[in-house]
Amino acid sequence: MTTLASRTGSLDIEAIRSDFPILGRAVRGGRHLIYLDSGATSHKPRQVLDAERDFYTTRNAAAHRGAHLLGEEATDAYEGARARIAAFLGASPGEIVFTKSATEAVNLVAYSMSNAATAGPEAGRFAVGPGDEVLVTESEHHANLVPWQQLCDRTGATLRWFGVTPAGRIDLSRIDELINGRTRLVALTHQSNVTGVVPPVAEIAAAAHQVGALVLADGAQSVPHQPVDVVALGADFLVFSGHKMLGPSGVGVLWGRRELLEAMPPFITGGSMIEVVRMEGSTFLPPPDRFEAGVPAAAQAVGLAAACDYLDGLGMANVADHEEALTAHALEALGAIDGLRVLGPLDTQHRGGAVSFVLGGIHPHDVGQVLDELGIAVRTGHHCAWPLHRALHAQASTRATFYVYNTHDEVDALAAGIRQAQKFFGTP
Amino acid sequence: MDLESMYQEIILEHYRRPLHAGLREPFDAQVQHVNPTCGDEVTMRVTLKDAGPDAILADVSYEALGCSISQASASVMADMIIGKTAAEAMRISEEFLALMQSRGEGEPNEDVLGDAIAFAGVSKYPARIKCALLGWMAWKDATAKALSERQTGEQT
Repeated sequence: MTTLASRTGSLDIEAIRSDFPILGRAVRGGRHLIYLDSGATSHKPRQVLDAERDFYTTRNAAAHRGAHLLGEEATDAYEGARARIAAFLGASPGEIVFTKSATEAVNLVAYSMSNAATAGPEAGRFAVGPGDEVLVTESEHHANLVPWQQLCDRTGATLRWFGVTPAGRIDLSRIDELINGRTRLVALTHQSNVTGVVPPVAEIAAAAHQVGALVLADGAQSVPHQPVDVVALGADFLVFSGHKMLGPSGVGVLWGRRELLEAMPPFITGGSMIEVVRMEGSTFLPPPDRFEAGVPAAAQAVGLAAACDYLDGLGMANVADHEEALTAHALEALGAIDGLRVLGPLDTQHRGGAVSFVLGGIHPHDVGQVLDELGIAVRTGHHCAWPLHRALHAQASTRATFYVYNTHDEVDALAAGIRQAQKFFGTP
Repeated sequence: MDLESMYQEIILEHYRRPLHAGLREPFDAQVQHVNPTCGDEVTMRVTLKDAGPDAILADVSYEALGCSISQASASVMADMIIGKTAAEAMRISEEFLALMQSRGEGEPNEDVLGDAIAFAGVSKYPARIKCALLGWMAWKDATAKALSERQTGEQT
């Protein structure tokens, strides 16, 4: 097989696997765990767990409060994490806003836009209303769709969307009509969590900027899996989650261009985001603090910074290469199974490592059940992308996603497991 | 492999050849229920004879899109409850719900549950309990709706 040559990448997978304690555990019937669900959440290496534990055991305090030593050290750790994550993306620290998740980061922008209507002249450029359009794509995760539907419901703006081609690519044939003088914001995925499709964000962003629209890219599936530089990306906002990139849960990131964050009104309000508070009203701090009300999740931010260290240590280009090889292998192995249809492109061009498929005559829940019995963890259902499934004529699908710790043997085990499911249910 | 404990032959039978499937006329109430995590859906129709708890379930018809567990469960249910009174069927439904919530520890009561005891193995898998209950929940909802409409109809 010609693909075999590309199967030996520059990552030492066995060494990587030894950093992830959970990969050593046994699952159903004492079997080895084969974890192919990193698109939902990734596992955490010792280095990330140690960084979080070290914060709690040596520097734990409420960051940005108190003049005591621990408070200072906690603040340094938290702000150091911000700088580390900025460096990971080619951004500056003042452009990194910590949220609890990518979902919250999208909501932050959406609610800031509806708050803009009453937040004074500086914020006026973010306000939307009747006659304005918000443009999304049919392939969005619900997290980058529902907040925009809701923004439109609150403000009277109109939601429009790019459709998808039968291969699951964004259909750009109507781009000139869809991106027009009424378009105020374009929100799109940077890598589909179902098809793995990586749309031409820079090209779409350039078209959006020509008409003065803002662009938000959902990087929940791209930032963990490929080198991402916010300048090259061309968007105005980028959101992602820590837990999908070897980091802890409970921390996400909004990156925004500094001059935009400066002019945006807050979303969640309360302590530590204010400048002056009087009974009659309050003023707010500059970004990023303006968007970080409450005691920050410092230990989680520190853990996420450690995840950036870990990924940079491997090299994001190597990570992407490894996943591309696994994806090519999976597309080949699964493509050879009768009655199996892959949702999305059948090659690895502009495509990340999510391989979703439907199997004739067997519901994804039943496929997943057989695979689980074999120790193989996959995702089943619509993966929070119901409209995309509808567009691709699938009620639901089974999804395998890959990460730094996955091996080619695991891909073979997946293919064998799918055949076993077919045998069990007597199909095709 | 432990799969056989979940996918009992009787479940696979009902999955391959579902009983009473397809939407039929006339009906007193229709509901649609979905499982939001996977998008599975069932449309359920109930036809009653008479009113009140002793009303007879003259027909229960359905259209189900979903996994083997949800489809087989709807089939087993329809086969068991058609011809019973609403009160009798409700008792079976409660017994089935208790079995599903037992995390594999329940002693299924075959006298009440009949073929539905085959789903006992499903209760060990929390992610699949919803699948087994989808049809039952829809039926319960449709029956409550049909009964309340009958009652309103009688009062006017």
